[in-house]
Amino acid sequence: MDKTQNNKAWFLVLPVLVLVAFSAVIPLMTVVNYSVQDTFGQNDFFWAGLSWFEDAISSDRLHEALWRQILFSVIILAIEVPLGIFIAMNMPKSGFWASLVLILMALPLLIPFNVVGTIWQIFGRGDIGLLGHTLDAMGIDYNYTNDPIDAWFTVIIMDVWHWTSLVALLAYAGLQSIPQAYYQAARIDQASRWSVFRYIELPKLQGVLLIAVLLRFMDSFMIYTEPFVVTGGGPGNSTTFLSIDLVKQATGQFDLGPAAAFSIIYFLVILLISWVFYTVMTNLDKQETF
Amino acid sequence: MAQITLQNLAHSYSAAPKSDADYALKEMHHVWQDGGAYALLGASGCGKTTLLNIISGLVRPSHGRVLFGNTDVTDAPTAERNIAQVFQFPVVYDTMTVRDNLAFPLRNRGMDAGYIAGRVGQIAKMIGMEDKLDRKARGLTADAKQKISLGRGMVRQDVNAILFDEPLTVIDPHMKWELRTQLKALHRELGHTMIYVTHDQTEALTFADKVVVMHEGRVVQMGTPEELFETPAHTFVGYFIGSPGMNLLDAKIDGATAHIAGHAIPLGKNYAATGRTQIGIRPEFISLTTGTGLPFTLRRVEDVGRHRIVRGEAAGTPINIIAGEGEAIGADMTHVTFDAAKINVYADDWRINGAA
Repeated sequence: MDKTQNNKAWFLVLPVLVLVAFSAVIPLMTVVNYSVQDTFGQNDFFWAGLSWFEDAISSDRLHEALWRQILFSVIILAIEVPLGIFIAMNMPKSGFWASLVLILMALPLLIPFNVVGTIWQIFGRGDIGLLGHTLDAMGIDYNYTNDPIDAWFTVIIMDVWHWTSLVALLAYAGLQSIPQAYYQAARIDQASRWSVFRYIELPKLQGVLLIAVLLRFMDSFMIYTEPFVVTGGGPGNSTTFLSIDLVKQATGQFDLGPAAAFSIIYFLVILLISWVFYTVMTNLDKQETF
Repeated sequence: MAQITLQNLAHSYSAAPKSDADYALKEMHHVWQDGGAYALLGASGCGKTTLLNIISGLVRPSHGRVLFGNTDVTDAPTAERNIAQVFQFPVVYDTMTVRDNLAFPLRNRGMDAGYIAGRVGQIAKMIGMEDKLDRKARGLTADAKQKISLGRGMVRQDVNAILFDEPLTVIDPHMKWELRTQLKALHRELGHTMIYVTHDQTEALTFADKVVVMHEGRVVQMGTPEELFETPAHTFVGYFIGSPGMNLLDAKIDGATAHIAGHAIPLGKNYAATGRTQIGIRPEFISLTTGTGLPFTLRRVEDVGRHRIVRGEAAGTPINIIAGEGEAIGADMTHVTFDAAKINVYADDWRINGAA
């Protein structure tokens, strides 16, 4: 039988190429385009070279936002990952309650981001918010619009409320996939509850936890909507994270060039940290096999 | 070490069992001798694993009691029973080294470090993993992992019994032989009670002093390999043990004669049988003849090396015959005769004894 030899199969890839081009590559190129030019309005652009990048890298404003961003991601990871595992370990394994708990856990994940922000914005208010009013009534001076610590507290609690479910659900799926024989063997070996967790559950969860940490890191590093709705980046600049700062620059001040340079640096930072995370976690695995 | 007694034991996974069919294990009463090597043999789903899990305490029986020596352990948790179990698929602690895996059950019981080191060394030598002791268990092959599981099962010297749940399923054939031999040697050396679950008759017959054959949740026979071969207590044992299994023919039993499709076959003993009656005869004890005995239609002959298997039909029932290497098989051989001393008689699937 003669086989037709040609390269027509490449046409099958075309739809994906077109989609990716329009959804990612071309928009990204406009950002690259802005980042190397300056404008004084009227659509007049001048070549600016790498000066926006130099400005951005040496800008205190960006440094501060970056440190706030890193601190925020570290704090929420440090809370959400252990808490998520703990919740997953205590969720019912089967039956009616398992289904109910799964649905309840999934609910926060289904709420649109700006709604989450609005919920907490109202929840934390001293006059009508349940949380704010209760805390005030208890004599705790809580006001997220004035006090940076209170603002951070609110934003972090909100993120934990919104996203711990994701970690818990992933960990729950991971726990469910551990064969019963492991637990039976552990009982026969008289392993303590801690040993079961340390030597059976944690190693078996490593894969899902890697995904959970990556997802939570990337999402939290790009967080915008919820803190913007609650605090608007304030008080002062205390909860101005990278995205919030970026939007202020790009649409508030209409500094397209610096904002574009900022975007590209921001993108590279996320890419770099994610890559380091992934490589380190997968290499840990490989080293142990030898 | 202790003798294991199963007193009126039965188990059902449903909360309110109604009929016999609801029971994964039907009522049984057995005593398993201290230091015996037992094999639990049966097809998949016959209740072997349920019985094993009841002995190890992972499943609580819904009826009856389990005794270790004179102690009732029915409600005792696994850890208190002081047993070891090796599972079908390798269960190892991935992030630990091979050494730590082997030492784990001893450390959890607070044994002395010197004793642990010595014991781990012995076991590692036995399973042939001395050179891999400091490697992480993760990333080893399936049979290496299973060897670790076996080692962890045998590392404690004071166990009441060691239970094996089809432990060689994932092991390479040549390693199977070696490990089985080692288990056997270990049993002779240490004298632990060992219970070995398998669906492979070769494994069961080579490992065990006593084979417990299970069928549909019932122990149908508990005997030496020889007894299972010579006098299967149930037609299932006859069919399950042996390759090919026992031939079973519907027959009308009348004293010392069986009538099959109008032919009389001498039985050597007198039987009083009621219900559905059958005679069972092993393929080894049937001879082809040119004219005497039961008419036989030859279908095909398979040469399996040491002997040949003759397949055919007599009285509407498929019959297998094992013929020696030298025996001639010709087209004129149209009848078969049975060795009367080797015929077993069954009434409703259970073997009945004859009187001389």
